[in-house]
Amino acid sequence: MNSLKPYIPLIAFVILVIGFAVGLKQGDLRKLESTLIDQPFPDFSLTTLDDLGSNITEAELKGSISLINIFGSWCVACVQEHPNLMQIAQTNRIRLIGVNWRDSRVKGRAWLDRYGDPYSLILFDDSSQLAIDLGVTGAPETFLVDHEGRIRYKHVGIVTRDVWMETLLPLIKSLESGT
Amino acid sequence: MIAELGHILLITALVIAFLQAVLPLWGAAKNNKALMDFAGRAALLQCAAIIGAFALLTTAFVTSDFSVKLVAEHSHSAKPLLYKITGVWANHEGSMLLWVLILSIYGAMLPIFGKALPDTLRARALGIQGLLGVGFIGFTVFTSSPFLRLENVPIDGNGLNPLLQDPGLAFHPPFLYLGYVGFSLAFSLACAALIEGKIDAIWARWLRPWVLLAWSFLTVGITLGSLWAYYELGWGGWWMWDPVENVSFMPWLAGTALLHSILVLGTRHSLPSWTVLLAISTFSLSLIGTFVVRSGVLISVHAFAVDPARGVYILSLLTLYTGAALGLYAWRAKTLQAHSGFDPVSKSGALVLNNLLLVIATATVFLGTFYPLFIDAISVDKITVGAPYFNKTFTPIMVILILIMGVGPLLKWEKDNSKNLLGYVKKLAPVFIIALVLFGLTGGSWGGALGLALAVYITAGTLFVVWRRRKVIGSQPAGFFGFILGHMGMAVTTMAITCMSVWSVDQAARLNIGESLKIGQHTFTLSKMDSDQRENYEYLAGTFSISKNGQELKPVTAEQRYYPVRKMVTTEAGFNLGIKDTVFAALSEGNKEKGWVVRVYYQPMVIWIWIGGIMIALGGFVSLADRRLRFNTNSDQI
Amino acid sequence: MDGNAVTPDKIIGERYMIRHLLISSIFAITLVSAPTLLAQTSAESSVSISEAEIESRAKDVGRALRCVVCQNQSIEESDASLAEDMRILVRARIREGDSNEAVMDYMQSRYGDFVLLEPPVQKNTYILWAFPFLLLVMGFLWFVRAARKQT
Repeated sequence: MNSLKPYIPLIAFVILVIGFAVGLKQGDLRKLESTLIDQPFPDFSLTTLDDLGSNITEAELKGSISLINIFGSWCVACVQEHPNLMQIAQTNRIRLIGVNWRDSRVKGRAWLDRYGDPYSLILFDDSSQLAIDLGVTGAPETFLVDHEGRIRYKHVGIVTRDVWMETLLPLIKSLESGT
Repeated sequence: MIAELGHILLITALVIAFLQAVLPLWGAAKNNKALMDFAGRAALLQCAAIIGAFALLTTAFVTSDFSVKLVAEHSHSAKPLLYKITGVWANHEGSMLLWVLILSIYGAMLPIFGKALPDTLRARALGIQGLLGVGFIGFTVFTSSPFLRLENVPIDGNGLNPLLQDPGLAFHPPFLYLGYVGFSLAFSLACAALIEGKIDAIWARWLRPWVLLAWSFLTVGITLGSLWAYYELGWGGWWMWDPVENVSFMPWLAGTALLHSILVLGTRHSLPSWTVLLAISTFSLSLIGTFVVRSGVLISVHAFAVDPARGVYILSLLTLYTGAALGLYAWRAKTLQAHSGFDPVSKSGALVLNNLLLVIATATVFLGTFYPLFIDAISVDKITVGAPYFNKTFTPIMVILILIMGVGPLLKWEKDNSKNLLGYVKKLAPVFIIALVLFGLTGGSWGGALGLALAVYITAGTLFVVWRRRKVIGSQPAGFFGFILGHMGMAVTTMAITCMSVWSVDQAARLNIGESLKIGQHTFTLSKMDSDQRENYEYLAGTFSISKNGQELKPVTAEQRYYPVRKMVTTEAGFNLGIKDTVFAALSEGNKEKGWVVRVYYQPMVIWIWIGGIMIALGGFVSLADRRLRFNTNSDQI
Repeated sequence: MDGNAVTPDKIIGERYMIRHLLISSIFAITLVSAPTLLAQTSAESSVSISEAEIESRAKDVGRALRCVVCQNQSIEESDASLAEDMRILVRARIREGDSNEAVMDYMQSRYGDFVLLEPPVQKNTYILWAFPFLLLVMGFLWFVRAARKQT
């Protein structure tokens, strides 16, 4: 064992480097796994973007599959994502619900007027009430919710065409067929 | 022209570095004097080439040559001259150029100041410096060239990030690099000595000035960084155990151990393995730091992506260099048998304990910093290791270290007896206990009392050493005064950190003009709000009049600034850095009707954190003046 | 080696040294950790809590929660808007009667362990928490052994 002793620093170092290499490949210390998969969508009580008197709760989500999209007029990546959402809305495949997060009603509506409004419903969450309950850390983030109101998938970042075709659409199909 | 010339100079430096790596190593093996002499000349030439490249890049910035991509991305014609210059290294490519510049400067110092070293050792060390240069100049040239051109020259630059237009931040990278890149010499000399198979007291003495130099600069760099973070981030955070801070702190901890290890090896001929491993580790930690900062491997959620290709490149260099060095060590380990052991009750023993604790501290910071990364690699769990972890684990280690610091220097070098040790303890313990009780009863915090008592204890221990030599103080070498400054600086910093951590107070409230907020003995009154425009930003400023126990003090102004070009909002806290009290005010959102959200802070003794840091650095610089380190000392008469 | 020929003074000296070291380190560690351990008692929810206490407890909780959109700051320290919303939420929950721990659990159930600045002591952090202590023990053992080996 004594003859191995001088090699200990080298061996330890190699293990360390492997750790770093794996860490590099993983790339993202960023994507937090959602603790909410398969959990019911959190309870909430919010107004819509345009109607201060309205009151929407989580009951609204039951009955059909929805895509909940967190966005804001301050969010640069959302501008990039929005045309994709417009296209998804046009397929009429699924209900799109927007959550205007940490914004002002004026700015939020103006942004949608400019870039398009794919949402059948827009919730206004300026105090992060819903965002925190969803474990949101930035925009855009998108949740797939089934017709029982359970969260089935969370996507952090821009929903690209690939994400839609390869991840979301298959999931939606399997949900519709009753799995 | 300028950019192309700069590029050519860099490539020239790369070629020279390559020759510097290969020829002298071969020359030393064959004992060929010509090839060995070439090493020195190559190092000087390499340095000159990079100085040239750096000067050219600086010229491009100063003249606002926006055809150079780097200048266009990071500078602006309206920037003050100082920040045009410091902007050279306020970005990845430019700072890499600064990195290799400092590497080459240190290398060039060997032929100039290292004439006392044996030819083969110097040649080999220069060879390894050359190897380091090949890797990093190559990295700069191939992946991060600062000299790329733009086809469409913009009318003006992209405006420097306002957070970077700041004296503290501007000067902290150069000092940091002078520090941790400087440890490359220790690394090279260690590898060279391993190749030669001779690690002894003489080698340790040659190593000492280089380690002192790099270590002192690193101390300044870290101190400046802390000072910058404090006043820039708006809430008084002088140390956050942030990964980027930790990776500059680890080389410092290891470097401190190295410094003290050299003392033991240099005078008492023991623990050569420690010294060699520390020499290798300190620079390796610097490389790990470079890797971490530039690869984005520890970036948090939603930060901008950093090029992972750079990470791969640096990781490969790190693996190569440190792997080879540790391999060399393993190969030569047999020849490093300790010449002699050490007596536990002695200065040597205390220094060994000191090193042990510093290494444990380094390992603890290391594990805490990289644990989230490793856990993520293994299990995809995401955890955070934040300040609370480090405070709970690092602090106790430091406490033990400080306890040894007080009494260690009093012991005899080789072997002291426990009676003497007990005697010293009997003299110092009362000082410690009285201070502890005094501060504990009057300050309201036993943790705080412990910190202050430790500071008093180090002071007492250091003064005791001075007292014992009072009759011969005039003839003491510079190293002795370096020791005093260094340890007293540590006492000051310990005191200041304790005060800041335990007795600072902060409070937030919504204030309208005329309303006040009171914390402790200080009352802050929002006296007026202004908004206007300055240079390249608009601002909203709140002025606070401050009174302490009824006495009027200097007012402070806190601002919120909006930079239209970058669409950035920054907060500039208003503060008065006093000798004893520091008061801080930060402004958040608000309006005339509801008032503004303000946060006020009272922080005692903060300024002494950095004064202490500078004292420690000064201790290192003063020690450099030691006659015994004179570079023409060829013999081992010390 | 010398065996029984070692002088009594030396043995006593070493034992003293080691004992002193052990005691002072235990002393030091206890003294330093005591305040932090004591600080961890969470306030029980009571019928009426003063604003000052709410604020003070909220700050304690806030300093232990990580701002999830920042590099390494707590929500108390961060300027980010999400951090501010979280601070407001923390105060709201304390006002509603949650204990400090309950508020932390609330955040943890939504953001995972990531939001806790101090890693909880659980299966995947045993190594993390044990490591420094283990190193200290191993270090002392090494020191004692190395010190005995004299030429």
